[in-house]
Amino acid sequence: MSSDTSRFIAEHVDSLKPSGIRRFFDLASTMENVISLGVGEPDFVTPWNVIEASYHSLEQGYTAYTANAGLLELRELIAEYLQSAYAVPYRAEDQVIVTVGASQAIDIALRTILNSGDEVIIVEPCFVAYASAVTLAGGVPVSVGTQAANEFKLQPEELANSITKKTKAIILCNPNNPTGTMLSREELLPIADLIQEHDLLVLSDEIYAELSYDDGYVSFASLPEMHERTILISGFSKSFAMTGWRLGYAAGPAALIQAMTKIHQYTIMCAPTMAQYGAVEALRSGSASVEQMKKSYRQRRNFVMTAFEKMGLKTNRPGGAFYIFPSIKETGLSSEEFAEALLIEEKVAVVPGSVFGESGEGYIRCSYATSMKQLTEAMKRIKRFVESRLT
Amino acid sequence: MKELGVTKVEKKEIEILELLEKNGRMDVHTIARMVELSPKEVERAIQKFEDQQIIHGYSTLIDWTDVLGYEGVTAMIDVKVTPVRGKGFNDVAERIYRFPEVKAVYLMSGAYDLSVSVEGKTMSQVARFVSEKLSTLDTVISTTTHFILKKYKHDGIIFGEDDDNDRRMPVSP
Repeated sequence: MSSDTSRFIAEHVDSLKPSGIRRFFDLASTMENVISLGVGEPDFVTPWNVIEASYHSLEQGYTAYTANAGLLELRELIAEYLQSAYAVPYRAEDQVIVTVGASQAIDIALRTILNSGDEVIIVEPCFVAYASAVTLAGGVPVSVGTQAANEFKLQPEELANSITKKTKAIILCNPNNPTGTMLSREELLPIADLIQEHDLLVLSDEIYAELSYDDGYVSFASLPEMHERTILISGFSKSFAMTGWRLGYAAGPAALIQAMTKIHQYTIMCAPTMAQYGAVEALRSGSASVEQMKKSYRQRRNFVMTAFEKMGLKTNRPGGAFYIFPSIKETGLSSEEFAEALLIEEKVAVVPGSVFGESGEGYIRCSYATSMKQLTEAMKRIKRFVESRLT
Repeated sequence: MKELGVTKVEKKEIEILELLEKNGRMDVHTIARMVELSPKEVERAIQKFEDQQIIHGYSTLIDWTDVLGYEGVTAMIDVKVTPVRGKGFNDVAERIYRFPEVKAVYLMSGAYDLSVSVEGKTMSQVARFVSEKLSTLDTVISTTTHFILKKYKHDGIIFGEDDDNDRRMPVSP
């Protein structure tokens, strides 16, 4: 008998590529005194009132399962929030489900809608998990690239070109990780027209919606006719600095949310109860702390944006999230070479743009969810590094 | 904080004040970048706030506990006074806040009238101040002195907490 246990692994899992971030993680983990701009989560700790509410729920013995779809109280608060913040109406009873992070919401949404061979359009550069989540759900990911010349905004013509008879859905992340690009209502409307015309569904990843800095944010579900064609996915990780709590949600047409709840019920049962009680408190009273964090992010964005411009690296103005995606093409290095050399020579970790898709090549993702002290030092080091490569 | 009915410029000026309140040593260029104004505009705004005495000065927040060779105590004193007709509490407050050892004076609602914070080298020095200077004022009816044993948090800063303690993994998606 062969001792190679990998023969038990299913082909479609075996063929999944490990995330490109992994290699950088391993490298950065072995080094000391690294300033990391490679982190996809807030530097703030969860607001104290949220932590305290979760403590309290544990002290009171709320340690049992909740309803599959999550505490009704929490779903009601989510529905109220979506209505008041983005003017999208959802019924708490059957149109909202609380998930284990937005990631799980994406997973069960895809598993709910995909038949084997169905195509899902993914707008790159994007979050590393989308394509694999599609593959694992039996679908086929189809990439559409975006370019810096268009501020990494999805062009309707390019979307139209990639739609086939097999296309079932598109995953849109707005504001975007890793580019920070935010699409306005005017830019979303022609996309909505195509969705309508080709009878498609949108998985709208709006996890960074609360962190939009310049103009009013528009939820895809609020566009005409799109409420019935959108599964809105969001969560508490980024805006409330609750990444480790693993708490997200999806809102959408009742039939879809109910089908998602079936998968959820058989695989997860329910999201962690103590995290749900924390989230109840977050939505009840958290907006002041969110505003405070958002203000810091915006100031830091402004700071790093000018810093990159000053060192001669072109960058778009990120409208949301906490990432900036400057071009490093001037240096003649590939994004992986740049990131690796920067890590080794200057001990600053950034993520090579290429891990977010082919169109991310030539760029690096820098998170500005880091203290001003760290950012100031990091910008000094990157400047020194860039200068060494330009001369 | 909600800032209703303020202009864009005023909003940015408030941001400048907030940044300086947190870090009085932040340089003009950094502030300018963060609020998207020119360094000149920031300088002008700061000058204006200094002239208007909105900015009263720049001090350093020090946790003296671990400074070798430093001795010092702080007391919070609840003071009951008789308000004077036509002058209220202002006169007696002034009599008190003029003393250099008095670091803060607040008019309070509730069981007593003035909250006075006093710093001294030793407990007996503070005690002497209370018995000789404060309680002998005509309008002072009574004083209750509380000595601070340990400062956990002061002016919004938690003492003894390492700000740079990043608990996150170095790289994540």
